Amino acid sequence: MEQVPKFTKLQELIYELPIERVMKKNVIKVSPNTSMSELKEVLRVNRISGVPVLDGDQLVGIISIEDLLKALVEGDILAPVKKRMTTQTITVHESESVVEAVKKFAQHKVGRLLVVNEQGKVTGILTGGDITRGLLEAISLDYHAEEISRYRAKHIFEDILSDRTSLILRYKVKAKDFKSGGRASSKIRRALDRLGASPDVIRRIAISAYEAEMNLIIHADEGGELIAEMQPDVIRITAIDHGPGIPDVEQALSSGYSTAPNWIRELGFGAGMGLSNIQRCSDSMKLESKVGVGSKLKIVFQLKPELIEGSDQSGEQRKETT
Amino acid sequence: MISLKEITEKVNIKPVSSIRSLDRMVVGGYASDLLSCALRSAKKDSIWVTLQCHQNVVAVASLSGLAGVIITEGNEPDQETLTRAENEGVVLMVTPKTTFTVVGELTRLGIQGEHGTK
Repeated sequence: MEQVPKFTKLQELIYELPIERVMKKNVIKVSPNTSMSELKEVLRVNRISGVPVLDGDQLVGIISIEDLLKALVEGDILAPVKKRMTTQTITVHESESVVEAVKKFAQHKVGRLLVVNEQGKVTGILTGGDITRGLLEAISLDYHAEEISRYRAKHIFEDILSDRTSLILRYKVKAKDFKSGGRASSKIRRALDRLGASPDVIRRIAISAYEAEMNLIIHADEGGELIAEMQPDVIRITAIDHGPGIPDVEQALSSGYSTAPNWIRELGFGAGMGLSNIQRCSDSMKLESKVGVGSKLKIVFQLKPELIEGSDQSGEQRKETT
Repeated sequence: MISLKEITEKVNIKPVSSIRSLDRMVVGGYASDLLSCALRSAKKDSIWVTLQCHQNVVAVASLSGLAGVIITEGNEPDQETLTRAENEGVVLMVTPKTTFTVVGELTRLGIQGEHGTK
């Protein structure tokens, strides 16, 4: 059994975020001839633990608080930085993803990495702390964007005022297009989720919409239309087609009765359970049909007290239908 | 409760989509090859065992909020089905075993089929 990797949002971000988004951009640097005692001041004033050494534009080394301590112990505090610096600098590219930096930190056991651009010029500096801060910021940005769009969708019925506001979603459903089966109902489900409907309500509506959608795909000559009308206190799902029509509506409603051909049954449809599933999930259902004209299935879900959160009672309050 | 990951290891079934969701916990089990029956009776967060492997399996699993689907008897979902499962975050798993065998093994792991409706 192969080990299956598990990806968290954080791991995704490590791969997605470019280094330039998390690095510190105002790089404090020293020149090769800066003395170690001057370096001590640079580190102290800026509260940092290391800086790159640049000769003009050219990166020649890196010097850290550790090098400073060693110089202090050895009484070499007046030496120029170039004498005590580490010349082997480890750099990352600013457009690389953060994961490359994480790898280099682990590989070289260094405290900071220098970030360079296309031309090899130093454009930033990166510590483990910068990565942590950058990731946290990115996560909270994502979270905020999601929260804001959810907030807006949820309050649509409060923001837009009218005597009766409804949101109508229409979906064309193609005949015999089994591959697309459930696409319209998935979208209705997502819209309800956006609007903040409770999971129980969403599930009941989604199942009903799916059964109605599949009926259009399986039975309607030319497919049909699936319409979801959403109001704060009621949701109506309507499936309309233009034929062939149902000769005996009573019989069609009885559980287990199906006119689906064998090949459709082999796909797992046509169990004769669709309409009874809808009846069980909804508050009311009405099927009108005329042979040669078409069928219209109306399904109603009462949301009490309202669509917006807190509607958890709606599951219990709905009247029993069998 | 048991996670999908533990199930894949103990029953030796292969996850083929949405593997990032394998830590999802499973509350119960259901088996049928009829989609409407699965919609009616498979509880949210339960695992569904079926030999159907076309795209509508994904639709049913997603609409019902199932924890995952085990596709039996060596049936392999096609690329379109896998893509759709990936997009909707549905965990599909495959096995050459029969539905009967898989259900037996799931039962031994303590996964129960609940009586009645969801």
